[in-house]
Amino acid sequence: MMNNDRTKGMRVLVLHAHPAPRRSRVNAALLAAARGVEGVTVRELYEEYPDFFIDVKAEQEVVAAHDVVVMQHPFYWYSTPALVKEWFDEVLTSGWAYGEGGTALRGKRWMHAVSTGGAAESYGPGSEHGFTVRELMAPLEATARLCGMEYLEPFLVQGAGRLSGAEIAEWAGRYAARLAGLRDGDGEPLGA
Amino acid sequence: MGMVNLWGPDKIMHHEHFFHAALVYLAAAVISVPLAKRLGLGSVPGYLLAGILIGPFGMGLLGEDTAEVMGFAEFGVVMMLFLVGLELEPKLLWRMRAPIFGLGGMQVVVTAVVVGAVGMMMGLSWQGGVAAGLTLAMSSTAIVLQTLGEKGQMNGAAGRNAFAVLLFQDLAVIPILALLPLLGGSVEGAEVGVLGGLPVWLRGVMGLGAVAAVVAGGRYLVQPVLRWIAQSELRELFTAASLLLVIGIALLMHVVGLSPALGAFLAGVVLAESEYRHELEADLAPFKGLLLGLFFISVGSAMDLGALGARPWVIAGITVGLMVLKAGVLWGIGGRFGMATADRSTFALSLAQGGEFGFVLVAMALQGRIFGEEAGEVIQLGIALSMALTPLLFLFDERVVRPRVSGKVEEEGREADVIDEKHAVLVIGYGRFGHIVGRVMETVGIPCTVLDSDSEQVELLRKIGFKVHYGDATRLELLHAAGAGHAKLAVLTLASVEKSLEIVRLLQRHFPQVRILVRVRGRLEAYELLDAGVEDVFRETLDASLEMAVAGMRHLGVPGHTAVRAARQFRRHDEGAVRRMAAVRHDRTAYLSEARRSVKVLEEVLRSDAVREGRDDGWSERSEK
Ligand SMILES: Cc1cc2nc3c(=O)[nH]c(=O)nc-3n(C[C@H](O)[C@H](O)[C@H](O)COP(=O)(O)O)c2cc1C
Repeated sequence: MMNNDRTKGMRVLVLHAHPAPRRSRVNAALLAAARGVEGVTVRELYEEYPDFFIDVKAEQEVVAAHDVVVMQHPFYWYSTPALVKEWFDEVLTSGWAYGEGGTALRGKRWMHAVSTGGAAESYGPGSEHGFTVRELMAPLEATARLCGMEYLEPFLVQGAGRLSGAEIAEWAGRYAARLAGLRDGDGEPLGA
Repeated sequence: MGMVNLWGPDKIMHHEHFFHAALVYLAAAVISVPLAKRLGLGSVPGYLLAGILIGPFGMGLLGEDTAEVMGFAEFGVVMMLFLVGLELEPKLLWRMRAPIFGLGGMQVVVTAVVVGAVGMMMGLSWQGGVAAGLTLAMSSTAIVLQTLGEKGQMNGAAGRNAFAVLLFQDLAVIPILALLPLLGGSVEGAEVGVLGGLPVWLRGVMGLGAVAAVVAGGRYLVQPVLRWIAQSELRELFTAASLLLVIGIALLMHVVGLSPALGAFLAGVVLAESEYRHELEADLAPFKGLLLGLFFISVGSAMDLGALGARPWVIAGITVGLMVLKAGVLWGIGGRFGMATADRSTFALSLAQGGEFGFVLVAMALQGRIFGEEAGEVIQLGIALSMALTPLLFLFDERVVRPRVSGKVEEEGREADVIDEKHAVLVIGYGRFGHIVGRVMETVGIPCTVLDSDSEQVELLRKIGFKVHYGDATRLELLHAAGAGHAKLAVLTLASVEKSLEIVRLLQRHFPQVRILVRVRGRLEAYELLDAGVEDVFRETLDASLEMAVAGMRHLGVPGHTAVRAARQFRRHDEGAVRRMAAVRHDRTAYLSEARRSVKVLEEVLRSDAVREGRDDGWSERSEK
């Protein structure tokens, strides 16, 4: 059941996906920050399923028990790391997430927290990558919408490779604040 | 009988006759059967031909006792029905009750009526007509099952229905045997076993009792006894027990006046779910084959070609007429039961002959003077000739009819049937290892035929509810009986590498279509199997140790995906190394240098993975340009 009374505290789930956490700077910091926010559940998908064999039922139960799902990951080839795709393919089953009787996600909120190597200026029309990040993430947005979820503006950390330690710490602070806001019912869905 | 004297000078004279006969029979079989097979005729006409050749109308090599030999050889039919029963689980039999009584009942009744009417038109009394009709309604279980089996059609629609009809005929023989003496007017004409003198009701009770004894004995007595014998681990003792079992049942049935073949069939069905099914099959199959061969040889040698010479046209007419009639009735019934054209033709043509029970019935009818000597002789000859012509009908069906009418759909249907009966996977060795393999396969709906040679283990697993068969898979016959001929996969999980190698060689030689997977303990055993040409070799220690390494690394804080990849990397490298080293292991210097090279390659691989772990990926730099 979704929680419509947003002042009461939304249950926030962070699903973190990084295949090589040892080489992560940005996501490692964001993850640590998320762990410090009260009322936020954190799961590391690559630790749960290092062999890619996802426990569908367990994942569905966890998701069902939360109101907001944050998928946190680095931007890999203009998309998510592979395990996130596998997660979508396996967990979002017909009759649960979509299709007949598939109402488990309806009314929940969905947000991506993404770090990109490319700086903000390298995205958008006429830029190096040629598309906006939102355009590139269209499949993820459409997925969330099909399942009846509110798609929130992604939390973006860009130019990841050139951030100093201090800058990363700042981003981590902002991330913690954003998660706390989600818990307290903040955040507007993006218009379709 | 003193063994010492058996080969003494005077004893040998006594046995000379036996050996002489054995020599003639065996030589005739060994020469003519392969010839017939090479001509595409199957074994049955080979044996019949052998019989004609050595019989009184051929070279006349046989003594006076051919009838006795035939009686002995009829035991082959008993054994065949026991083996057929073994392949039919009670559930399957229950599912077949409609074709048995529907198809079979109609075949016997309609054929008997039509043949009887023709017989009366040719001058038989009505009693004679009934007797002749019932006699000629019988088909030859031996020929039909043997040939359908050889042609791999037993599990198709035609094979199943033919079998149902034959089974009904075997059942019908019992009341017919009781009926014939009544037709002759001499009530006590039927000499039924040693109980002949008892009142009918008592005989009925004893018959029922015997059947109950066979069922109960098969259920509760035979299994533990076989288990006990299997534990002695003497192969020939198990064979002896198998023979004892069938002979015992046959005699019991004979004593109470029931058909031994039917009793044996029943016992087979009861034992079809036992763990010794495959072992029994493997042990009895050669005896069955030889005895049936002997039976056909004696049918061939008993054919009175003299009578044929005297009235060739009459007899030819009767034989052909009989076959056309029977095939016509079967064709019509097959249509009524909705069989597809191709199956219908096989069904009709395969059962169009007279059968071995026919001979028995004719003999009885003659005894009761239901019809005359002359009619009896003609009928006997008609049966024998129609049996001899059957292989030609099979050939006609296979080469002419089937190719013309069978569409693709029917063939697909047939194949699926076969798989349903004989499983595609053979798991040999069902200990801790094979057990897991088998169970995983079952979860995705791949049923396995399971063999294990440890009788206690088999018993235990059966108690838990697994379908496991007892047997030593280093025996070719057992592999045959377990369906290796139809299998796609053989999973060998035995602890002994010598046994595995032995089975691998058997499979490679006799069942080249089977893909072989073998469990071994470690590297050295892996080398041997790789040498033998097996590609799928599984070291039992490899995966567990890798899993352990992953768990250990993760406890130390290595990220899960990194740990898993490291283990997989090692595995891939090591599997390659084992295969390369297997090739050079007999050359010490080559082996050592390959080993050194291998270690170096592994280091390099792991290092390049570590480099990948470096942070600088270039995505942020690019945007500066
Ligand atoms: C396989 C791979 C693909 C990547 N693809 C992109 C990409 O398409 N766009 C981009 O801006 N950065 C890309 N990057 C850079 C990562 O997004 C960047 O290193 C990451 O966000 C940094 O976060 P971290 O410190 O948590 O690893 C890629 C990096 C890797 C390893």
